Amino acid sequence: MSTHETHSHADDHGSMKTYVTGFLLSVLLTVIPFGLVMSGGLPNRDLTIALVLAAAAIQIVVHMIYFLHMRSSSEEGWTMITLLFTIVILVIMLSGSVWVMYHMNTNMMPMTGDM
Amino acid sequence: MTMTVDTNSTPQFHLSEEPHHPEGASTMLGFWVYLMSDCLIFAVLFAVYAVLGHSFAGGPGPKELFDLELVALNTAMLLFSSITYGFAMLEMARDRVKPMLIWLVITGLFGAAFLTIELTEFSHMIAEGATPQSSAFLSAFFTLVGTHGLHVTFGSIWLITLILQVLRFGLTSFNKRRLMCLSLFWHFLDVIWIGVFTFVYLMGMI
Repeated sequence: MSTHETHSHADDHGSMKTYVTGFLLSVLLTVIPFGLVMSGGLPNRDLTIALVLAAAAIQIVVHMIYFLHMRSSSEEGWTMITLLFTIVILVIMLSGSVWVMYHMNTNMMPMTGDM
Repeated sequence: MTMTVDTNSTPQFHLSEEPHHPEGASTMLGFWVYLMSDCLIFAVLFAVYAVLGHSFAGGPGPKELFDLELVALNTAMLLFSSITYGFAMLEMARDRVKPMLIWLVITGLFGAAFLTIELTEFSHMIAEGATPQSSAFLSAFFTLVGTHGLHVTFGSIWLITLILQVLRFGLTSFNKRRLMCLSLFWHFLDVIWIGVFTFVYLMGMI
């Protein structure tokens, strides 16, 4: 029992190596987008946006793995299931809101500024 | 069919005995589910910002208001606080109370620095007339970033509480579990901040 506990604790806390790896990766993935935007961005605006978004997406995964110690096996898979469920809801809600509101805005009666 | 029915006993549709779980075994999963629901709060606020983020009502936009150097500094504060909390957890796993407390205090100081910088930024914006009332963009901005700041504030209060708990009662299994919950909460706030600095600040400045 106690050996099992110490084992699972060690699992939960990660190690010095995982924290430092996660930290260095996070620093890199923060410096890249900030550097890109603060230096005025690439000539291609869409490429800048894509790179900034990619860095954020990768950094979120890095945090999940190295700081939150997410594994598909933690809590017999329940953390992963709840995470996936949240992501599904999140994607439906975010994309749905933006999509609906974009179409509502474009279908509004044109208004002049002084109305 | 070889099913035998004991006619004498009434059928039972519930467990006669609660399944035995060790004390606190479900806390971490429960706390994770809470974090996921908190994640949905932030998702709603991000959606609001995505919809209203371009409605300036003739007022100032992101390019006039945001100071990326300040945001970069703030991001660094939160990232440092994440790794120092991680070091505290490593010390906790080795049952070394004093180094753990030192790392927790350092984490708290980084958290306080983050909040100070954020409040400075807010007060500058409000002093320039960019109040939450002045446009839909600013309402959405203050709600989203403010909610994150509020989470960090309550995380810091929680951190101070746990430091006092450990000082008073030592590193008991209860306190360890609480510290692990706060660890999840703290790292989770850093994950949300990635979304904030990317979608609000960086995207606003491109």
